[in-house]
Amino acid sequence: MLSQAAVTVNGSPVVAPPGATVAVAVAIAGQACRTSVTGEPRGALCAMGICYECRVAINGKPHCRSCQVLCEPGMEIKTDESGFTATV
Amino acid sequence: MSRDLQQRFDVLVVGGGPAGMAAAVRAAERGVRVGIVDDNVTLGGQIWRGESEDGPMKDAAKWNRQLRTADVTTLCGMRVFHQPEPGILLAEGADNLMELSYRNLVLATGARERFLPFPGWTLPNVMGAGGLQAMVKSGLPIRGKCVVVAGTGPLLLAVAAYLREHGAEIPVICEQASWRSLARFGVVLLRQPGKIVQGLKLKKSIAGIPFVANCWPVAAHGRNALQSVTIARGGKQETIACDYLACGFHLVPNIELPRLLGCKSLGGYVEVDSLQQTTVKGVFCAGEPTSIGGVELSLVEGQIAGLAAAGNEEEARMLFDEREKSRRFVRVLGRTFCLRRELRSLSFPDTVVCRCEDISYSRLEGHRSWRAAKLHTRCGMGPCQGRVCGPAVQFLFKWNPDSVRPPVFPARVENLAAFAGRPNAEHSAIRGGS
Repeated sequence: MLSQAAVTVNGSPVVAPPGATVAVAVAIAGQACRTSVTGEPRGALCAMGICYECRVAINGKPHCRSCQVLCEPGMEIKTDESGFTATV
Repeated sequence: MSRDLQQRFDVLVVGGGPAGMAAAVRAAERGVRVGIVDDNVTLGGQIWRGESEDGPMKDAAKWNRQLRTADVTTLCGMRVFHQPEPGILLAEGADNLMELSYRNLVLATGARERFLPFPGWTLPNVMGAGGLQAMVKSGLPIRGKCVVVAGTGPLLLAVAAYLREHGAEIPVICEQASWRSLARFGVVLLRQPGKIVQGLKLKKSIAGIPFVANCWPVAAHGRNALQSVTIARGGKQETIACDYLACGFHLVPNIELPRLLGCKSLGGYVEVDSLQQTTVKGVFCAGEPTSIGGVELSLVEGQIAGLAAAGNEEEARMLFDEREKSRRFVRVLGRTFCLRRELRSLSFPDTVVCRCEDISYSRLEGHRSWRAAKLHTRCGMGPCQGRVCGPAVQFLFKWNPDSVRPPVFPARVENLAAFAGRPNAEHSAIRGGS
């Protein structure tokens, strides 16, 4: 049985619902996923691994498609790999 | 590469949606070694995302059960990105690389939503219709949120119904098709008993939501995320405050991998013979890549492909009539939800068309082909490899898709190098005896 997972998004704690993807945790945290090459905030678009808009860093590993990864307890999620943080 | 990361199959199925699951189950009946590989965390594809053996969807429960009892190796979270030589595919996972060799292959790579650019479509919380549904199925809280559903295709109704069941408020469903073509679609549905039941269920769950035809989104507004949407409706424009815009313009088949393998396509769909075999011998294709026809057609095509790939042509032929019935729906779908030309003029000069590289409409206008636009602007050369902007520029500028090259998905350099660096002799050794 799937259970909740306590993760952090940019250092802030988020309780991800059972079976939640990392993209969902980022949305619950009210954050955009990445900053585009011209500086626009972007979030998940297709949610099925095609569009690459939901890329984040997970446990230090960059460019992970957050819609294709399930939350695990203790996961450290960082949005906005370029350093610019956009708050949704 | 370690031995456990090399697997050999008599029948390998790429794609774990309904078509792929059906193919794997039926192929395994012959006692051959069958594997199914999918990029997603679990099988089910998009339509059966989150469904299980004891879930409410009967078909999904049935095929999940059959797959569990069948002797099939399931590889989830693995994305096929390259065919280094015929008979071998490379798949990348979060931390690993797999080399999958096969005698026969079934490609069931499904479809994605078609997205069209309009001002503001890149704002966070503007999502695909199926995209938002997938997020909610993956745990996104939607209760009390206001969601405008827009675009085209039967998916809009299904998504609206699903979101409302989960507590969302849906002020309007905007369908760009005309009432006239929708009425024709309705008439054809009357001849398909299964579809009528689906339709009645849908009607009940979307009762009370305004459904407007001849209506489409013209702009999304917000600073760092969506705040409101402007829609065109009967020659007038109207702005609606909302939390999400769920917007997709029907579906486009995922044919990049079939094309990489040399399978011929016609009009954007993979060509197959009566046994679902492509123009490449031993490579079969089933479901949306051959025609956008919905789950019933996918299931029957998948079964035919799986049976044929396992050498059971006789049983495959017994399903031809059923496939023919489901195919009637395909022709109607395409006609009903074809895109109106007004959608070509939604972009402003500064509207982003290629989201990966932030290429605006004005930078693309005037190029003669997608190739020319790519070379001059990098449009379609980002991580999605043109999967989002490709179908858009095909509609906007009538540019045909460019050639497909490996890797068909971004892959880690070490994974490309791992195979390239090994001597050919070893490749033959892996394939020996298959």
